[in-house]
Amino acid sequence: MKYLDEYRDPEAAKQLLAAIARTVTRPWTIMEVCGGQTHTIVRHGVDRLLPPAVELVHGPGCPVCVTSLEMIDRAHAIAVRPEVIFTSFGDMLRVPGSSGDLLQLKSEGADVRIVYSPLDAVELAAANPDRQIVFFAIGFETTAPANAMAVWTAKKRGLSNFSVLVSHVLVAPSMTGILQAPSNRVQGFLGPGHVCTVMGHTEYEPIAARYHVPIVVTGFEPVDMLEGILLTVRQLEEGRAEVENAYRRVVNRHGNMAAKRLLEEVFEVCDRKWRGIGTIPKSGFKLRYDYRQFDAQHRFDVGRIETRESDDCISGQILKGLKKPTDCRAFGGRCTPLSPLGATMVSSEGACAAYYAYGRHLEPIPLRLSKADRSALDAKEAT
Amino acid sequence: MCLGIPGRVVETFSTHDVRMGKVSFEGVSKRVCLEHVPEAVVGDYVLVHVGFALAKIDEKEAKQVFAFLDDMKLLDELDERGSLEP
Repeated sequence: MKYLDEYRDPEAAKQLLAAIARTVTRPWTIMEVCGGQTHTIVRHGVDRLLPPAVELVHGPGCPVCVTSLEMIDRAHAIAVRPEVIFTSFGDMLRVPGSSGDLLQLKSEGADVRIVYSPLDAVELAAANPDRQIVFFAIGFETTAPANAMAVWTAKKRGLSNFSVLVSHVLVAPSMTGILQAPSNRVQGFLGPGHVCTVMGHTEYEPIAARYHVPIVVTGFEPVDMLEGILLTVRQLEEGRAEVENAYRRVVNRHGNMAAKRLLEEVFEVCDRKWRGIGTIPKSGFKLRYDYRQFDAQHRFDVGRIETRESDDCISGQILKGLKKPTDCRAFGGRCTPLSPLGATMVSSEGACAAYYAYGRHLEPIPLRLSKADRSALDAKEAT
Repeated sequence: MCLGIPGRVVETFSTHDVRMGKVSFEGVSKRVCLEHVPEAVVGDYVLVHVGFALAKIDEKEAKQVFAFLDDMKLLDELDERGSLEP
């Protein structure tokens, strides 16, 4: 219980943990989709406070991690052009492409700037009419309204020197992709609280029904996460598979309608390549035809891009919940946040980087138990 | 990445027909788009993601979340404003 006293409300956490322990009768595998939640879990040891029968696996919800290497190389090819001011969220600057990262390009003379908001990049375009301002528009549905607003505003203001390199990803199709895989282990999901703040949670209802998995919209603090886990375990034990909202103080069923209307105006759904996973059908946003003049991919011809990923990296299996960072031979040795081999190590929200940041690479390799061993052990612990 | 940081609306204005505001995050003040939280007025708390208010939230919740994010050292992006210069 070394982490519990750090919780804001240790008493609530203790009660939720006791309720989870009382509810669970057999092993369950639950995936948290959002990278922010992965970070909370590892930092606060949420996974280690749970009964051993409840296993948390870490999902693909870090947009920095899953941005494809092709897209990063494309960003670099655009960023080095002399007429370009390349703008990005700070998180993307250290993500390595096939050769180097944006920070390195900046040190070599490229005009790369960190912005707090895509709207700041629009202001930069207005202030520098003789330069081309490109914004690297990555993110899940949480970030999409801000990026859509930037494009919508630029069009309205007639800023022809502004464009976005769009690499938006969508949560629900990635969950479907995980569930459809024959090797899938995930039996329930903690839904991403802030994605649902924008989108609501109606789109998860058909997924819960079709694949018979509980999906519980969950917040970001340890106590929120324990509550989401309790509701998920309860559903699993009772054989229910519904969408429940454990983050009602922020999320409503239909989301932010005004933001959704803006997304509909600016973006359309497209197939998208995810780093570590590959192409997932209908899992991204691209600009609609009416906004194509703001598409950096359309504006800057950078030729064909060839990429190669490390053969050692198992991030694809980690992002699908099939493996843990500690299952990887390269983890913490050849692969660290300073020299990452793949998706889950490139950002602090990636599962490997989170495990590394909190010292899990220094621990002895855990005993690997078969399902039968694990059940026997759980039964023994219960007596 | 999908971080929502709570802040208090201290001013609202309109720029190029977009509803904007000045939002204070415990002293650090940012320009934030309020277009999609029309119900938020001066004094209200909003959940902000990359300069864009996603939802109105109550004051108690806002203060608790802010303290949590501060403890998690997740408020760095609020400082990423001096870097607009090359």
